[in-house]
Amino acid sequence: MRSFTYERATSPQQAAAIVAERKGAKFLAGGTNLLDLMKLEIETPTHLVDVQDLDLDMIEETAEGGLRIGALVSNTALSADPRVMRDYAVLSRAVQAGASGQLRNKATTGGNLLQRTRCPYFYDTNMPCNKRSPGSGCAASAGYSRQLGVVGISEDCIATYPGDMAVALAVLDAVVETIRPDGTSRSIPLGDFHLLWGDTPDKETVLEHGELITGVVLPKPPGGQHYYHKVRDRASYAFALVSVAAVLQPDGTGRVAFGGVAPRPWRKDEADAALTQGAKAVVEQAFAGSATRDDNKYKIALAERTLAGILAEARS
Amino acid sequence: MKYEAPVGKTIFDDAKIVGKSTRRIDGPLKTSGMAPYAYERHDVASGQVYGYIVGSAIAKGRIASMDLEEARSAPGVLAVIAATETDPLGSSNFNTAPLFGGPEITHYHQAIACVVAETFEQARAAAALIRTTYDRDEGEYSLSRTVEQAASDTSKIVSENVVRNGDFESAFAAAAVQIDQTYTTPDESHAMMEPFATIAAWEGDKLTLWTSNQMIAWGRAAMASILRMPKENIRLDSPYLGGGFGGKLWVRVDAVLAALAAKAAGRPVKIMMQRALTYNNATHRHATIQRVRIGADKNGKIAAIAHECWSGNLTGGMDENGAAQTRALYAGPDNLTASYLTELDLPEANAMRAPGEAPGHLAIEVAMDELAEQLGMDPIELRILNEPETLPSNPSIKFSDRHLVECLRVGAESFGWANRKSRPGTVREGRWMVGMGVAAGYRGALIMKSGARVSIDARGKISVETDMTDIGTGSYTIIAQTAAECMGVALEDVSVDLGDSRSPVSAGSGGQWGAASSTAGVYAACVELRRMVTEKFGYDPETASFADGMVRDANVVRALSEAGPLSAEDTMTYGDFQKEYDMGTYASHFAEVAVDAYTGEVRIRRMLAVCDAGRILNPLTARSQVIGAMVMAAGAALTEELAVDKRFGFFVNHDMAGYEVPVHADIGQQSVIFLDTLDGVIAPLKAKGVGELGICGPGAAIANAIYNATGVRVRDYPITVDKLIAEMPDVA
Amino acid sequence: MSDWNLSVTRRGLLTSSAAVLSIAPAIRARAASQSSAGATTLPVTFEVNGQERMLRLDPRTTLLDALREHLKLTGTKKGCDHGQCGACTVIVNGERINSCLSLAVQHAGDQVTTIEGLGTPDDLHPLQEAFIEHDGYQCGYCTPGQICSAVAMLGEIERGIPSHVTGDLSKAVSATNMEVRERMSGNICRCGAYSNIAAAIADVAEG
Repeated sequence: MRSFTYERATSPQQAAAIVAERKGAKFLAGGTNLLDLMKLEIETPTHLVDVQDLDLDMIEETAEGGLRIGALVSNTALSADPRVMRDYAVLSRAVQAGASGQLRNKATTGGNLLQRTRCPYFYDTNMPCNKRSPGSGCAASAGYSRQLGVVGISEDCIATYPGDMAVALAVLDAVVETIRPDGTSRSIPLGDFHLLWGDTPDKETVLEHGELITGVVLPKPPGGQHYYHKVRDRASYAFALVSVAAVLQPDGTGRVAFGGVAPRPWRKDEADAALTQGAKAVVEQAFAGSATRDDNKYKIALAERTLAGILAEARS
Repeated sequence: MKYEAPVGKTIFDDAKIVGKSTRRIDGPLKTSGMAPYAYERHDVASGQVYGYIVGSAIAKGRIASMDLEEARSAPGVLAVIAATETDPLGSSNFNTAPLFGGPEITHYHQAIACVVAETFEQARAAAALIRTTYDRDEGEYSLSRTVEQAASDTSKIVSENVVRNGDFESAFAAAAVQIDQTYTTPDESHAMMEPFATIAAWEGDKLTLWTSNQMIAWGRAAMASILRMPKENIRLDSPYLGGGFGGKLWVRVDAVLAALAAKAAGRPVKIMMQRALTYNNATHRHATIQRVRIGADKNGKIAAIAHECWSGNLTGGMDENGAAQTRALYAGPDNLTASYLTELDLPEANAMRAPGEAPGHLAIEVAMDELAEQLGMDPIELRILNEPETLPSNPSIKFSDRHLVECLRVGAESFGWANRKSRPGTVREGRWMVGMGVAAGYRGALIMKSGARVSIDARGKISVETDMTDIGTGSYTIIAQTAAECMGVALEDVSVDLGDSRSPVSAGSGGQWGAASSTAGVYAACVELRRMVTEKFGYDPETASFADGMVRDANVVRALSEAGPLSAEDTMTYGDFQKEYDMGTYASHFAEVAVDAYTGEVRIRRMLAVCDAGRILNPLTARSQVIGAMVMAAGAALTEELAVDKRFGFFVNHDMAGYEVPVHADIGQQSVIFLDTLDGVIAPLKAKGVGELGICGPGAAIANAIYNATGVRVRDYPITVDKLIAEMPDVA
Repeated sequence: MSDWNLSVTRRGLLTSSAAVLSIAPAIRARAASQSSAGATTLPVTFEVNGQERMLRLDPRTTLLDALREHLKLTGTKKGCDHGQCGACTVIVNGERINSCLSLAVQHAGDQVTTIEGLGTPDDLHPLQEAFIEHDGYQCGYCTPGQICSAVAMLGEIERGIPSHVTGDLSKAVSATNMEVRERMSGNICRCGAYSNIAAAIADVAEG
């Protein structure tokens, strides 16, 4: 871990301003991913702005009948909020499926959106990786890719966004709110928040340097039945091979998103529209244009089977 | 003392302490965080500084250049030890891969440097400043490729271990029912919770290593050989280990670099190998390819059985003999068991819990399930029908004590085996497909010479010193039980000092020999101490009795404390008579699993092990050994695999998120039954080990249960969802 | 596949790792200083097991290393140093966290409870007793983390926090075997003492 300087921010705008004026500065919230990567010098901030004291840890109701989740709300608090459990169960379920009790206590809503990939070649600094070291190549592309992406990926990077929470936020049409160094704020639909890798896999989100996530807004409750099924190699404390978030209405319509398969929570309007035709039709739409490898092509079949299980449960 | 013949009745047959469930005497220290592990010895060697290891970025080749200047001038740095500035160090008999020194690289993450600094943070940061370039050689990293080549080019087999009886090929060809299947198991990691760690301190030419090591005497000898110094000048101390499972049978580079770095820095140096390095730097269990052929008559009587196992290792390395248990398990007059080794440039493969047998059962015990199905026979009855009279691979050898059939019968009754539906895929509970599986288990019962010193002080308290280790096995407690029983004192009156090379040399912890061997050594020392006490008291050593802190002979009684201080040391050794016997431990393993019909996710609902391992010295801790081994077996069956990158030649998933060992939620209800057996051939306590028996079979029972649940047979471990759904019926 | 350059180097050009400390107002008030080794340190004050402790730390120091190396409270274990094993679990302000993935400076003013604060060999916490009774350990290395985790985990159940295996989010949760196993899954035990750990926790949960 390289040396850095440390300070605690006192307001969101101040935090944004400090980070903006220093090229190597980063926000520090829970730290569960950032410190992990700093120990390996995959992240090498020269200055950390600790945002823990900011007043961003509330879940409030919005005028539109939805919820605003402060960026510093912990995963635990989010998943246990009575309103979230009642009206946005898919979100509660997705968060519970992630990480461990200890990590969920520390991980924040904002930080979780910025969680970086778990590609093992990204984590091994001896290996070429276009995300970690642009232009060095992608060791994963022809390597061990059982956990890696099958859709929305590129020649330069086949990593996935590894989280669970954002997959649920995607089906909920959540909006990410930020504050910029100049004090202005913007609202970014979750579906636009994470970038596809293209030829710049080092750029992962639309955030500008110094732009701080202040919260996530959920529109009014979508009703219906909520499902989050995460398939992993062990029963807990593991990243998804495939996860499926779904909100299903009594008439069979609904919304669906897939995790563990792409650079972002993977949601397609065409796939939603195919829900009444069954899992096979949905997956055909969602995974159109996929690029699989021998050791990860199972993900498409697994996505279909996982969704089929959800649809069967919804019918029963 | 030499154990020359099977013993008759002993004091242990009327034991009050040995054989009784006993809480660990080290429990209060471990649960309160006060038990000192290697890296935590703030109480020794003042002025400790921190070492950080740098691993090679290539798997094979040599270092072209190392730029150390920036690291050397980084804040807090006291010394930098570099491979390019160190002559290749001596080696030991125990390892193949060189630990340190010289530019040659033989495996990924081989240590190439160590940075010493005042603080851990400074050492870690400076280590990242070392810039190394390499000349990379091509290597061979694919076991399937070397095995394929070996089929036509026998020179690719660098060593083999083949045992034949009769004419397997002809008998197999003539058999009415045949099984011929190939199974593969992946490379596996010990992944013990405490990484390799050492504090090293020099006093003149004397070196002390507070380290985490299973085999103190081996480690001391190895360090002497590696550092080319007399072993008398080396002390190892390892009172607590955070697990080993075979990975800490040897000193590793943490100990070597700590010693070198402490010399260079002129300060005691502490090093804990970073987790990410442990998978490729240290040893692992070999991957195997195993072919099993069984020929039987229509009634299930086995005529011919062959189990061949291929593995790979660095030049000079050992094999993973997956056929080992098949030499003992089933009758079959024409048999072939073989282990073939090929060469690979992956990190060194070496012993991991039940080497050979753990992966071996994943093949033979599934093959038996396949045979039973083909015969339309119950798999338990098939095994019972083929119970051998003597050792199948060498029929002149008797079994010392064997109750495998009873294990199977008791297990079937207890587990409710009668409720199993033999036709696969027929039990459904909602989305879950449910099945049961069984496997037999065999693990050799090794016994090793072992010494101890037992002393009485003036208060009548007993202390035991031996370089035996407790790697979680419960050594502290069974040794205390043994000494208390022998000397006739309460357990609370015994203290046990383990893991110090200044104490008498013991068997150490490995090969599940530790419990039987180390307690026999303590017994030997106690016998000598009793003799000395009776001599001091003028009692007849034949008739004197030791109980309740008193020593009685005829009508006289004296307190044991009156004999103190008194100390005796002895080592138990074993006569050739044991060569007439196959000494083994036996088990039946059962599993019930549920498999998600949609996703293929497997949930273990219940597991049962019925064990025949002689006297169980402490049922509480022995049961823990078995349930723990069952967990590790579940990992081998379902999740654990070191993924090989065959281009770069390394294990890719080298952290605890990538190499998935079981977590709490993976394990269902576990039960263990110990048969009440005694094996007088092996040692005076008539006890055998259980810690490796417990991993021999449960994985196969799980695999067989998955087949019973789904009708899908995955022969390529681990059995993960991708492999299962590829064969499971459509659901959409 | 592309044939990238296989002469791998550890690192390309580096900038100096010893950045100059610029101290924010809140921290500056507590006066940072240079240590003898030339590294910059920050003062951190927190409460550990009921006692106020003041340390001067390299900002890179994790809470785990502050406990183990600076306060010599070695009951908290380092197993992976990356939040992947749970051996470093401590309780901060009532909540269990991985102390390896937290900088000590993030915890200024916090209340930290480690295994040493739960009980001592002569005065064990009920859960420590239960672990001994049920043999809920083997090598003992994950044990302090398991116990700290379990103490806080039971509190989470009491507060109604749901888990991945909670059936109905609208109903109260209780410490069933399944709930305990799921909630304890962030604490790996390679010795495989899980069943005994679950039994020990059940004992205490049932009172």
